Amino acid sequence: MSTADPDPATDDVLVKVDNLVKYFPVRSAGLIRRTVGQVQAVDDVSLSIPRGKTLGLVGETGSGKSTLARCVAGLIPVTSGRVTFNGRDITNLSRRAMRPVRREIQMIFQDPYSSLNPRRRVGAIIGDPFTIYKTATGAERKRQVQELMERVGLNPEHYNRFPAEFSGGQRQRIGVARALALRPQLIICDEPVSALDVSIQAQVLNLLADLQQDYGLSYLFIAHDLEVVRHVSDSVAVMYLGRIGESGPIESVYGSPRHPYTVALLSAAPAADPDAAASRQRIILTGDVPSPIDPPSGCRFHPRCPKAQPLCADQDPPLEVKAGDVPTHLTACHFPVEAGENLATASAATPAPGRSEVP
Amino acid sequence: MSLTGLEIVAEEVASDAPVVEGRSQWQLTWRRLRHDKVAMASLIVIGVIIVLAIAAPLFVAITHHPPNTAYPNSGETAAGNPVPPGTAGFWLGTDGTGRDLFIRILYGARISLFVGFVTTAIGTLAGVAVGLIAGYFGGIVDQVLGRFTDAVLAFPYVVLALALAVVLGPSLPVIIGVIAFFSWAAIARIVRGQTLSIKEKEYIEAARSVGAGPFRIMFIDILPNLLAPVLVLATLYIPTAVVFEATLSYLGLGIQPPTASWGDILADAQNFYQVAWWYVVFPAVALLITTLAFNLLGDGIRDAMDPRTERVLAGRRGRRSRRDRRQTLTDTGAADSGAAPYAPPAGGS
Repeated sequence: MSTADPDPATDDVLVKVDNLVKYFPVRSAGLIRRTVGQVQAVDDVSLSIPRGKTLGLVGETGSGKSTLARCVAGLIPVTSGRVTFNGRDITNLSRRAMRPVRREIQMIFQDPYSSLNPRRRVGAIIGDPFTIYKTATGAERKRQVQELMERVGLNPEHYNRFPAEFSGGQRQRIGVARALALRPQLIICDEPVSALDVSIQAQVLNLLADLQQDYGLSYLFIAHDLEVVRHVSDSVAVMYLGRIGESGPIESVYGSPRHPYTVALLSAAPAADPDAAASRQRIILTGDVPSPIDPPSGCRFHPRCPKAQPLCADQDPPLEVKAGDVPTHLTACHFPVEAGENLATASAATPAPGRSEVP
Repeated sequence: MSLTGLEIVAEEVASDAPVVEGRSQWQLTWRRLRHDKVAMASLIVIGVIIVLAIAAPLFVAITHHPPNTAYPNSGETAAGNPVPPGTAGFWLGTDGTGRDLFIRILYGARISLFVGFVTTAIGTLAGVAVGLIAGYFGGIVDQVLGRFTDAVLAFPYVVLALALAVVLGPSLPVIIGVIAFFSWAAIARIVRGQTLSIKEKEYIEAARSVGAGPFRIMFIDILPNLLAPVLVLATLYIPTAVVFEATLSYLGLGIQPPTASWGDILADAQNFYQVAWWYVVFPAVALLITTLAFNLLGDGIRDAMDPRTERVLAGRRGRRSRRDRRQTLTDTGAADSGAAPYAPPAGGS
């Protein structure tokens, strides 16, 4: 799962997201709740997930990763745009129409503590999908649940235990078993390991990789840990303020990042090798992520970008292939980073929003 | 707690650790409740009252005094007043018309408990349903149900209950309906508030993502998480309903004579309190004990469900429960580790 060979399977797209937009209305307090603004959580995002592959989605908190995931899973209605699953438009389907599709798209949640109902036994939690879809009942249901528990590395004898009796890693395995119960084609992993210890992270990641091989699963893998994403994904998309800044195959994006934001993110990630870490240029982004209620004009990254020019504040850069990249590597930047370019010196200049002179 | 105590407990925790079985919330609650002497005494008292009420016909067979039969000769003095306890086989004396007071109090208990349990059951079911629906669906549904709940809570309920009893005519179904109508609103409010917080939990989203519908989520995923406060409220509602029924009957708008009811007996007893103390005291004591027992049991359940509330209660009660816990720990060791939040770590010794 490390390389994205241009084999036929790559062209076999399981999920396609076209120009997806999700705005949350901001309402005033009081009896008559007027809409006073929009949180532009996801703004015009397009991506696709090939069958049997993993798409990593990275970005900082508030960049709209989880909202995008919930739109794809059909858990929240979409403002505009289209989600296609297996060639079928599943955008804003009714609950009834969504039901058969729901079986194929399952989720694993970030927090293994709050994602399991504390008042229900593990067997009931994992068995829920069987009950809801009436695929197995009684002893057969118990047998299948215990089979799943064994498959994800849990002791099947713990069928009647409560979630509180398990550790964080075990709880996440329960979440994996629940997601796996209906043999879905796509599993959306919403930061599945960020709440776990590093040693446990590896176990859960390896479990996910094994399951992908055995069942031909596709993953939409959300994380803010770049190394985790590099480890599990075939391709990656970098989100910033509801937009995709850069996307493409793992080696290409990690090897030669073109968007200044991607470069900054990669430089901020801790490296395992201290020598490499010391020799590396760290790019410190100044300021905070702007409010998604009132995002910056043009390129949304321009107020914090070391390479920003007046053009960036005026024009929204399209997500396109830059010269020298593989055709699947897309970047939304007017002035993409060239190989060997030192962004750290560029960022030495006083970053002021709307500045006109650039070194 | 002495250091040696700590060590002993720590060792027991360590040695028993592999075989400690998981306990449900209810098992834990029951264990804590069992060490609450007041609550257990209340539970026993309630049990005795229920048994006595059920066995009322048995006492009729023993005393040969049916509840509605007057004994003008043996049950009344020459002046027509009630006879005192112990006279002529009347264990607690007689009432104003020469009926056996003990038997009538037993039959009154049947009415009181029946009204108490049935109205609380109806009120709780309705309150839980309204609260869940309002809290889960939100929006306009919440607005409508919320305002209706507010309206019910804002009514001067005794006045309205009296008016309803007058208009509809006093009868058992009307009384049950009236009392139930005023008992669901507070439960609905609590349940709504809890639902609002629980529905934002990730496991509710997880349930939606596996395809659970709104009613499955409400009753399978949310409801078990708010049973604790509902159970406490319900236990505390039973005595309220009992007193409410007694009040209505006392005012002549509840259970109609000759059917025995504590409120009705007390109303009649007013005319005789100077000559027959037992006529007032025994039914009043029955009412007092019943309501007190339910209230104390409700308090005990609340404490057992949520051990944190103990910290708020200062003084005797707090000290008592700490002592109880310590005994529990040393008596049963690791078996109670779940009930002791400060159980020392195994490596402590």
